[in-house]
Amino acid sequence: MTALPRDNALLKARGKARAWRYRWWGRFLTDPSALFGGIIILLMVISAIGAPVLAPDNPNKTSLRERNTPPAWESNGSTSHLLGTDPVGRDLLSRLIYGARISLFIGLSVTILASFFGILLGLLAGYFESWIEEIIMRIADLFLAFPFILLAITIIAVLGAGLLNLILVLVVTGWVQYARLVRGQALSVKQNQYVDAARVAGASSGRILLKHILPNVAASVIVLATLQVAFVLLTEAALSFLGLGVNPSIPTWGSMVNDGRLYIYNAWWVITFPGLAIMVAVLGINMVGDWLRDVLDPTLRTV
Amino acid sequence: MTRYIIRRLLYSILVLWGVTLIVFIALRLSGDPAQLLLAQGNPTKEDIAALRHSMHLDEPLYQQYISFVTHAVRGDFGTSLRLKTPAFREVMSRMGATLELAIAAYIFALLIAVPTGIISAARRGGIVDFFSRLISLLGVSIPNFWLGLMLILLFGVRLKWLPVSGRGEGLQQSLEALVMPAVTLGVVFAGTLTRLLRSSMIDVLQADYVRTARAKGLRESKILLRHAMRNALIPVVTLAGLQIGFLLGGAVIVEVVFSWPGVGRLVIDSINARDYPVVQASVTVLASILILANLAVDLLYGFLDPRIQYS
Repeated sequence: MTALPRDNALLKARGKARAWRYRWWGRFLTDPSALFGGIIILLMVISAIGAPVLAPDNPNKTSLRERNTPPAWESNGSTSHLLGTDPVGRDLLSRLIYGARISLFIGLSVTILASFFGILLGLLAGYFESWIEEIIMRIADLFLAFPFILLAITIIAVLGAGLLNLILVLVVTGWVQYARLVRGQALSVKQNQYVDAARVAGASSGRILLKHILPNVAASVIVLATLQVAFVLLTEAALSFLGLGVNPSIPTWGSMVNDGRLYIYNAWWVITFPGLAIMVAVLGINMVGDWLRDVLDPTLRTV
Repeated sequence: MTRYIIRRLLYSILVLWGVTLIVFIALRLSGDPAQLLLAQGNPTKEDIAALRHSMHLDEPLYQQYISFVTHAVRGDFGTSLRLKTPAFREVMSRMGATLELAIAAYIFALLIAVPTGIISAARRGGIVDFFSRLISLLGVSIPNFWLGLMLILLFGVRLKWLPVSGRGEGLQQSLEALVMPAVTLGVVFAGTLTRLLRSSMIDVLQADYVRTARAKGLRESKILLRHAMRNALIPVVTLAGLQIGFLLGGAVIVEVVFSWPGVGRLVIDSINARDYPVVQASVTVLASILILANLAVDLLYGFLDPRIQYS
C-alpha cells in the first residue's frame, strides 16, 4: 500500500488560523452587549476576591456619629465615605464590595448543585421513560404549581434563616428547570442511531447516558445555567430583603436595601446603591447568557 | 376532549393534594404553636397540654393531616391563632386586594408588551427594536422590591404625586394607590413577555403563509395582526400561564413594599407569628388559583391552535 499523495492545499488551509473574529472569543469581543456583560461579571469576580484589599473600610464597622452620611458629591458628604454610610454608620462602598462575595458564592453554588440534581433526574426521566419518569416529572410539576417565593418562604420559616438554608431552598426549588429541559432533550437525543449503535455494541445504560446523551444536552444546560445564575441572584436578594436571607453580620445587597427602607425619606442613597448593584450584576449575567444562547443553542429562546 | 378535561382535572387535584401535604409537613416541623402562643404568660405544663388538646395537636400526625384535609375541602382551615377569626375568611377578605393588584399588573404588562413586541419584530434592528430590547432586558434584571422603593422615592417622596402605601378609598384614590404597586409587579412580566413575543413573531414572520399573504398583496398591518400575531401568541399563552405563579409570588414582595393589604402580606405576617391555620389556608388558596389558571391555559390552547390534539 502506497501512501496517498499529500494534498498540500488542504493542509495549508487547515493550518492557517481562522480569522480571530470567527473564534468564540472573537465573537464575544465583537458583540457589544456580551462584552459589557463580561466586564460586569469580571468586575464582580474581582471585587469578590479582592474585597479585603479594595474596600476602603471595614464593612461592619459602625459609627453612630457618621450615620446616614450622604455620598461624597452631596453637600454634607465626606470623601472618607464615597457612597455615604448606612443608618448605623457603616461605609456603603465597602459593604457593596463585600456584598459581591455572597452574591457570587450563592449564585455559583446554587447553580452547580441545582444543575447537578436537575441534570441527573432529567437524564433518568428522559432515558428510562417508565414509572421513574412519571414520578420525577410529577414532582417537578408539583414544584411548578407552587408559587416559588411562597415555597421558599415556607421552607425558610421552618428551617430558620441562614446561608446553608438559603442555598438549600434555592436548590430545592431550582432543579426543576434543569430536569424539564434535560428530559425533553434526552427524549429526542436517544432516538438517534448512534445511541442504538452504542447499545448494540454492548454499552451499559450509564455509559450511554454519560458518553452519548449528556454531551448533546450540555450546550442547552450551559445556557440555562447562566440565565439561572441571574434568577438566583434576584431571588436571594428578594429573600434577604424580606429578612429571610443569610446572617445579618454578612453584608448582602438585598439586606442592605432592607436596612435603608425605613430611612427612605432622608437617606435615599442607602437603598439606591445596593439595588443598583443587584440590577447591574443581573443585567451583566443576562447579557452573557443571551449571547451564549445565540451562539450555542438558538432554539432555547423561550427559557 | 371531555376525557382530556377529566384527566387534566384529576391530575390538578393530585397536585393540589401534594401542595397541602408539603404545607402541612413543613409547618408541623417548625415548632409547637401552643408553646409559642403561651410563651409570654409563663405557662405550666398543664396549660400547654390543655391548649394542645383543644387545638388537636396531641393527636398522631396522620390523624391531624386527615382532619386538616377533610375540613379544608369544605373551606374550613380552623381559626387564626393570631386574629381569632376563621382563617379561610381572613384569606378571602384579603384576596380581593391581591387579585386587584395581580390583574392590574397583568393588564399593564400586556399593554406594554404586545405592541412593543410586535413592532420590535416587524421593524427588526430599528430604533424601536433597540430600545425595546434594552428596556425589556432591564425589566427582567431589576429586583422588583427595589424598583418599588425607587418609585416610592421618586413619585411618593420627591414629587409627592402618588401615595406611598396602602389601598386608598374611593375611585380616584384607589386608582392612584394602585399605580405604583401594579407597575412594580408588572415590569418583570412585561420584560419577559416582550422578549418572548418578539422572538416568536420573528419566527412566524418567516413562515410560508406570511409570504403567501404578502404575495397576494395584503396590507402589512393585516398580515401582522391577522396572520402573524395569532400564531405568535401560542408560546405567549404558555408563558402567561406559567407567569401566574411568579405574579402571585411577586405579589408577596410588592405587598410588603407598599403595605398593600393582600394575601401576600398576610402570609408573611402569619409566618412570623407562626399562625399555622392562616398560612395553610393562604398557601392552599393561592396554589389552587395557580393550578386552575394553568388548567385554563392548557384548555385555551385548543382554541388558539386547533392543530393541538388532546390525548
